[in-house]
Order: sequence, then C-alpha cells, then structure tokens
Amino acid sequence: MEGLVFDIAHLLAGSLVLVSFMMLYQDRLYSLLNVFAFHAVVLSLSVAWQAYIQDAPHLYVTAVIALIFKAIIIPLSLHRIIARLGIHREIETVVGVGPTMLAGMGLVALSLVVMLRATAEADPLAREDLAFALSVLLLGLLMMVTRRNAVSQVVGFMSLENGLILAAAGAKGMPLVVEISVAFSVLIAFIVIGIFLFRIRERFDTVDVQTLDRFRGEKR
Amino acid sequence: MISALLPGLLIQGAQMLVVLLLSPLLTGFVRKVKARLLRRQGPPLLQHYRDLLRLLRKEAVVAENASWLFRATPYMIFAATWVAAALVPTFATGLLFSWSADLIAIIALLGSARFFLALAGMDVGTSFGGIGSSREVMIASLAEPAMIMIVFILALIAGSTQLSTVAAFMQTPAVGLRVSLGMALFALLMVAIAENARIPVDNPATHLELTMVHEAMVLEYSGRHLAVLELAASLKLLLYLSLIACVFVPWGLAPAGAGWATHILGGAAYVGKLFFGGFMLAVFETSIAKMRVFRVPDFLGAGLMLGLLGTLLLFVSRSL
Repeated sequence: MEGLVFDIAHLLAGSLVLVSFMMLYQDRLYSLLNVFAFHAVVLSLSVAWQAYIQDAPHLYVTAVIALIFKAIIIPLSLHRIIARLGIHREIETVVGVGPTMLAGMGLVALSLVVMLRATAEADPLAREDLAFALSVLLLGLLMMVTRRNAVSQVVGFMSLENGLILAAAGAKGMPLVVEISVAFSVLIAFIVIGIFLFRIRERFDTVDVQTLDRFRGEKR
Repeated sequence: MISALLPGLLIQGAQMLVVLLLSPLLTGFVRKVKARLLRRQGPPLLQHYRDLLRLLRKEAVVAENASWLFRATPYMIFAATWVAAALVPTFATGLLFSWSADLIAIIALLGSARFFLALAGMDVGTSFGGIGSSREVMIASLAEPAMIMIVFILALIAGSTQLSTVAAFMQTPAVGLRVSLGMALFALLMVAIAENARIPVDNPATHLELTMVHEAMVLEYSGRHLAVLELAASLKLLLYLSLIACVFVPWGLAPAGAGWATHILGGAAYVGKLFFGGFMLAVFETSIAKMRVFRVPDFLGAGLMLGLLGTLLLFVSRSL
C-alpha cells in the first residue's frame, strides 16, 4: 500500500512535468491554452492526492481553487483575449522546438540533481514532489524566455505558478490563508497582464515583444 | 547435459519457425483490415504468401553496375532480422538464444540491417535509392537513440536488459504503477511506427517519389532478392509487435520449464495479442494522414524526449 501511494503521487507529479513539455511543444495558441488547462487539471489531481495522503482537508480547497481558476476561468478568458486580439495564428518561437526540448531536458536533470542533493534527509514523498515542482517551475521560465508572443509568455508564467503550488502542497503544514492569497494574487496579476496586453497592442499594433526591443532602440 | 538443453532448443526452433510463418500472415491481416476500413474488399489473408512465392520463382534482374554488396545485402538483412525476431520471447520465455543476446543485441542487429539496406540503396547510383537512403538514415538517427532510451528505462526498472527477465519481472506486482513505463510504451510505439515505415512517417503501399522512404531503397530489387527483403520487412513488423507484447502485456507467456499445455496456451495468447496489435495498427493508419518528411524529426524527437524524460523521472522513484 505504501508503494502504491508513492507510485500514484509520482505518476501525477511526473505527468505534470510531461504536460509542461507538451506546452513547450505546442506552436498554436489555442492548443497551447488547451494543454495549459490540462496542466491545471493534472495539478489539481496531484494536490488532491497529496491532501488524501497527508490527511489535510484544506489541501482539497487548494485543489478546487486550482481547478476552477486555472483550468476554467483563466484559459477561457485567455481564449477570449486571443479571439479579440485576432492572433490565433502560429506562435513565433525564438529558438526551434528541438533545442528548446533539449534545454528543457537539461533543466529537468539540473533540478533533479539539485533537489536530490539538497533534500537528502527528507521524506521520499516530499523529495520527489519538490524535485518535480522545481522542474515545472524552470520549464515555465523556459517557456517565458523562448516565446515572443506576450500571451504565451503569460501562459508560461501561469504554469510556473503551478509548479509553486505543487511544491507548497508537497511541504506539510502549509496554511490555507497563504494559498488563497497566492491564488488571488495570481488572478490579479492575470487581470493586470490582460490589460497590459491590450495597451501593448494599442501602442504597437502587435503583441510580439520583439517590437518593444526595437522601440527602445535595441538591436537584435 | 544434452537432455537439459533439449527443451530450450526445441522451443527456440519452434519460435524461429513460428515467427517466419506468421509474419506474412500478419502483414496480410493488416492490409485486409485497412482495406475493409476503407470499404474495399481487400486481398485475401494468404495473398502475401502467394506474392512471396511468385517473387521467388521469378528471375532476379540486377543492374549492370551493381557490386557484390547489392546481391549479398538482401540475405544479410533477412538473416539479421530473423535472428533478432527469434530473440524476442513470443509465446515462451525459456528461449535458448535469449541468454546469449539481450535487447541491445536486438537493436544492434536491426541497426546493422538498416546500415546494409542504406548502402544497397546507394549502390546502383540511381537518385531514388540515394534519396531513400538519406531519409532512412535521418529517421534512424532519431529512432535509435529513442530506442536506446527505452532500453535504459526497462533495464533500470527490471534490473536487466535480458528480455526473458524483463517479461518475468513485468508479471510480478513489484512493477507498481510507473509513469516512466507509460512514457516508454508511447516512445516504443512511435519508434515502431517509424522503423516499420508505417503511415504517418512513410507509406508502405506507395511508389510516389515524394513520399517513399523504404520503397525507394528497394526499388532496384526484383525476384528472389525482393521476396527476401519483403519477408524481412514483415518479420520486422512482427518483431516490434512481439516486443511490445512481451514487455507491456506479458500475460500468457509460458515460463521456462512449463508443460506442453502452458506452451500451447501461450501460443494462443500470442496469436491473439498479435492480431489485436495488427488491428490497432490498421485503425491508427487509416485514421491519420501522412506527415511531411520534414515533420518526421519533430514526431521522433517527441519519442526521444519521452524516453529521456522517463529515464530522468526514474531517478526520483522509490526503487533507485
């Protein structure tokens, strides 16, 4: 039974890393949003499983918050933003899919090495959770770095935050207040970014952030 | 000494015959199901045997400037593929050769077969053969690392690259629920599709120069050479299906030293698995469009990525 408990936690957290890779692989905005919603569903499953293992009912609340906000509200509103901006074309990636994947692999390997060294005495369950959470976080950062389109950068930011929630759920004794405030601050960040997107578009007629560099007089 | 080896030798001999005799039937079955799914009548199930026999009787036409390599290659490819197919446990795990060669040896055998096929494609000097060889090598350069990664996953989980040991381990509850194994399965399916020149990567039924990969390399062959090559291609398809069945659905495999009844049961289970696999392949092939050649690296890159990620994730699981 102990083995199965660990295996399911490993399965869910590992799937979260896999879905992060699937997000890096997408080159269309709508499919990117679908994968992002799936990412949030896997996250909430993983958090719910942690709640079951740790016997911590407040983690169920976290799972439900993740499910409602990240799997439904944010993808739907990003969908509407994309439709209103009229940018459902292909994403321009700065580097190709292959090098991005390799860089992602390197980041996962790095986070595993770092976490396994740093948490040598910890409980194996918390250990694997933290290692995967760091991978998801770094992959979200990689997503923000490799994409030019502001909307996909927002998605990268949100997936990074999913990694934070996974880490918080793995560490025992996280109070609910902190989680709720994190969830709301992400929502507010999302609103601010949404307004920014329209401002950027009004100013530059595009949401390609390369134009910002050109506007500042930087050379590429 | 001899009497101890005899059952293993008998099973090994039976296995070699079974794979050789079943492989054209499997190819015929996949063709039939594909035709039925397209609402065509399709060729009879035994048609592939008849094709092979007729090709064997026909005269082999060899190009004027072909070297000895061109004539020797079909037999080399056939021998390597047959040996590799004989090493995968199909209905019983107590194979005699299985202890002398593991999964890595199987990959090496298939790799050398591909090497000779690519050489033969370029031997005559036609442009089609060259383009086929270059594409085949491009596909192989991604499929082989992905395959090696899958072997790493299996070896890390089961503690052996020996297929009999892996199959026996997969039947025990010690396997548990592992995300890495799921990734290995998907990666193996992708590699199998690419290696057997099936639809999203290559179309085995076409002679259209823009799309063909495998067919372009064997374009210059005829007669018995072509028959042997076609049989080797069928064997390769059977090999990959048996490999997937042996590692991921090992139920029904007769363990070493089991009685005759268990072996017959294992044989029935094997045929069932094979036809289920062939049916799924046909359904998959009819429901998907062929991708452009330059999209193939993306497809196989995903397979390689799955294999690599599965290996990495194993390092934080409970066994290591």
